[in-house]
Amino acid sequence: MQIFTCPFCGPREETEFHFAAEAGKHRPEPAEETSDTDWADYLYMNDAPRGPSSEVWVHMTCGEYFLMTRDTVTREVLDTTALPGRNE
Amino acid sequence: MSGWRHDTAGDAIDRNSPRSFSFDGKQLMGFAGDTLASALLASGTQILGRSFKYHRPRGLWGLGGEEPNAIFDVAENGQTTPNTRATTQTLRDGMVLRSVNTAPDVLRDRGAVLDRFNRFLPGGFYYKTFMAFGWMRWEPMIRRMAGLGRLDSGHRPPADGPQVNARCDLLVIGAGAAGLAAARAAAMAGRKVWLVDEAAEPGGSLRWRGGEIDGKDWRDFVREACDAVQAAGGRILTDTTLWGAFDHNLFAAWERRVGASDRHWRIRASDIVLAAGAIERPLWFTNNDLPGVMSAEAALHYLALYGAVAGRNIVLATGNDASYPVAEALARVGCAVTLVDAREKTPPPPEGVKHLPSARLTRAEGKRTVRSVIVNGQRHEADTVLVAGGYTPSVHLHCQAGGKLDWEAGSDSLVPRPGTSKLRVVGAANGTFGLAEALTQGHVAGGGAGTAPQAVTENWQLAAMRPDPALPGRQWIDPQNDVTLKDVKLAGQEGYRSVEHLKRYTTLGMATDQGRNANFAGLAAMSELTGRSIPETGTTTYRPPFAPIPLGVIAGPRRGALFNAPKRLTLEVEHRAKSAEFREYGGWLRPSAYGPGDEAELAQDEARAARETVGIYDASPLGKIEVIGPGAADLLDYCGYVRLSTLKTGRARYGFILGESGIVHDDGVVFRLAEDRFIVSASSSHAASVRMILEEARQDVFDPSRSYIHDVTAGFVTLSVTGPRARDLLRAAELPKDICDDEVMPHMSVRETAWNGHSLRAARVSFTGDRSYELTVPARHGAALHGALDAARDTVSGRWIGMEAVMILRAEKGFILVGKDTDGLTMPHDLGWGGPRDKRTDEYLGRRSLFTPEAKANNRRQLVGLEVDGDTPLPTGAHLVPLHGARRSLGFVTSSYFSPILNRPVALALLENGRAKVGAEVGTFHMGDTCRARVCESCALDPKWERLNA
Repeated sequence: MQIFTCPFCGPREETEFHFAAEAGKHRPEPAEETSDTDWADYLYMNDAPRGPSSEVWVHMTCGEYFLMTRDTVTREVLDTTALPGRNE
Repeated sequence: MSGWRHDTAGDAIDRNSPRSFSFDGKQLMGFAGDTLASALLASGTQILGRSFKYHRPRGLWGLGGEEPNAIFDVAENGQTTPNTRATTQTLRDGMVLRSVNTAPDVLRDRGAVLDRFNRFLPGGFYYKTFMAFGWMRWEPMIRRMAGLGRLDSGHRPPADGPQVNARCDLLVIGAGAAGLAAARAAAMAGRKVWLVDEAAEPGGSLRWRGGEIDGKDWRDFVREACDAVQAAGGRILTDTTLWGAFDHNLFAAWERRVGASDRHWRIRASDIVLAAGAIERPLWFTNNDLPGVMSAEAALHYLALYGAVAGRNIVLATGNDASYPVAEALARVGCAVTLVDAREKTPPPPEGVKHLPSARLTRAEGKRTVRSVIVNGQRHEADTVLVAGGYTPSVHLHCQAGGKLDWEAGSDSLVPRPGTSKLRVVGAANGTFGLAEALTQGHVAGGGAGTAPQAVTENWQLAAMRPDPALPGRQWIDPQNDVTLKDVKLAGQEGYRSVEHLKRYTTLGMATDQGRNANFAGLAAMSELTGRSIPETGTTTYRPPFAPIPLGVIAGPRRGALFNAPKRLTLEVEHRAKSAEFREYGGWLRPSAYGPGDEAELAQDEARAARETVGIYDASPLGKIEVIGPGAADLLDYCGYVRLSTLKTGRARYGFILGESGIVHDDGVVFRLAEDRFIVSASSSHAASVRMILEEARQDVFDPSRSYIHDVTAGFVTLSVTGPRARDLLRAAELPKDICDDEVMPHMSVRETAWNGHSLRAARVSFTGDRSYELTVPARHGAALHGALDAARDTVSGRWIGMEAVMILRAEKGFILVGKDTDGLTMPHDLGWGGPRDKRTDEYLGRRSLFTPEAKANNRRQLVGLEVDGDTPLPTGAHLVPLHGARRSLGFVTSSYFSPILNRPVALALLENGRAKVGAEVGTFHMGDTCRARVCESCALDPKWERLNA
């Protein structure tokens, strides 16, 4: 059982969180001008790096999405940060 | 009859407190403090069980969790616990022990005949043999033969085992010399230490090997360390198996308690010291599985703690110095001991011990138990053979935590590679078998200041012992699962050379000792057969649990109704008072029908009543997600498939929420209560995920300060009144007049009003196709609303209706349930809702995916209705197939009911290119039979929608 630190609520057990997306993945805009292949890449392709990985997670209990950097091998949580402009 | 009880020896037993127990019907005696194993050994019982495959007789081997043979079904106070390990279970008065894998008992076991066929049952036998005629044919027979203990199906242990979360500064696993030194050092520095050990008392091997530490008796050292731990606020858990290492320093432990349910601990530690010790390896010679062959370390353990002596005429075969004190102790209590040492250079033999250096034990003899052995070609009489093949460090938890191993020739073992896990491994678990060095390692790992506890440095030597493929007959590698050296050889010849393949092909190490006794020998044999080194051959993966754990301990109270507790209605009590039967629907416990009577018949009656007069049902689980703020309309436009910014205040609109993949995630009605206030009425089972979809867009796509999302589902009670006389019922219940006025409240409108001095929200939306009112009040006023509607119900011959009737009503109208009438490929235009896809020009969630080649294909599965002749509804889930040509699935029946108002079956289905097939026939395939059905519109009742305002 991992411990993740919600930037708003503090450390909590992993069952309170959901993975949302890999960080830095931008929705192609305008979407209608995006090719089928590029759109499929956006929907289904992930880097899934071995080692440090930057991801967007959501803390289900408070509903806040945030950035988490964690090591996919050692399971170490390297950093958790609120989305830009969300922590004031 | 080889074991016996010494008159005085035994620190752990109380000779004034006898304990009676029985084994396979035979009455026996032991003492308070005995384990089942020590009591049986002292009683002279040698055959304790039968092996898994050949039903060979098996005797006691070890002293702890590694025991492969002495496993019993133990009955106590009318409760039977299967597969109890005799070495770790304390003896209690009146225990009834039954051997496992035997019939009728261990001595007369009928399965023993299997051993005669051993030549025809080599490794991989099952894989080779039972493929013929299909595995399914053989499976029931093999299942009957497999398994060890028997479950008592009447046994329902109480679900009261506590589950406790705990934190500590330092977790020390193993309370032997090294662990105690670590715990003592850390506690003295003021740290909160938890010390966990599998045995009943701390001390580890000090308890039977003894010794002086800092010039004092070892007992003083144990007491001092335990006192220090407790003084610093720590805790000592004995009789506790630490069974798993998990992420972020979480450890799970099973504590066995007397007079109370076992306790399950989840310990989160800042630092961890692993001092789990080592397990003695067996030796490999012909018939090395005969009862009477036992670990030398275990024999010393039983003598020193319980006064239980393994035999009278003992041969001890060894390759290391640690066996010499064992021989000495046994000779001192009067045993005739022959010490067989494989080495040329040995320490001097203890007094009274016959010593044979450079000698090899090659064979044990005896029909059921050991009678003699062959050493260097000479026969020696013996009733007991003690063996010492070296030690295997218990590195499991280090490896579970991600640690790696290195080969260390000096200790002839695989030892933890420092820094590869968060555990600091010390003592015998680290391949350090001497007392003085173990104390130093523990002291350092515990962060100790000053000098470590001192002991006399022994310089003991050990020779590597290995199986010898040249010996005739069978040499057992895994005594419980009956894997012999020949099986390992066969696996190697057939190409199963990886240890992971070897394990699965031969079942080596898959017994309940989890390879503690077998894995090293299997690994060593395979490395020799393939000419690779041991590190090259590698080990199998270590996974939790470290030892078998009762599932009830892990489950704790989470079983039965608490296993996956459903959400409950505010008005459950009121519904039960109306004889409601309850079932789970999408995580909610809801009335299925109002009894008494047969549920299906009740549902028919209720559905008919709702069509003829009025039905009332509890719709409280419907999601109520408030979206508030100046940005609310934009947010909902983006998240919804149907535009919502054009919705007028006081009105409702039906729509979908799609995933970015274009697949329908949920459907439901959205109300606009004010310019900047909406309520998304998500379906009951999707409310939580719809909220997260809205939240993600709000935070990631929009300015989050312009809207706010609030799930208030649990705060309100919603009762839905449906049927041609719904309005009459509202009037009779004296609900506000304005909501009964069709001018004020036409279909698809919503109104906030007041009733009895508190707020009431009324909405005219229909899940049945009839005139319907959804009445929502704050949860605390739910009972009052329920009472008012119920009191007025008889004036219009109305009924409470359960979810089964609601399912019939909505299916008659072709109203879908997302997830039941749609699947993971269904897009809105497959459901006949192509409008927004064709007309909307602004961006919304999932839009791009509705225009991929896949989404535009003309063979998509579309929602249709199905009609059949006769009164029998189609089976839900039946596949739709072509009537001619090759059979393939064109889709399937998603919902199917008998409609009481239409007096015929109705069904919904997803059918390939279904819209174009309306009016045509299609095959339905179910349980091997193909029938016919007519494709029709999904709406079977009132296609002109006249009932909505009737």
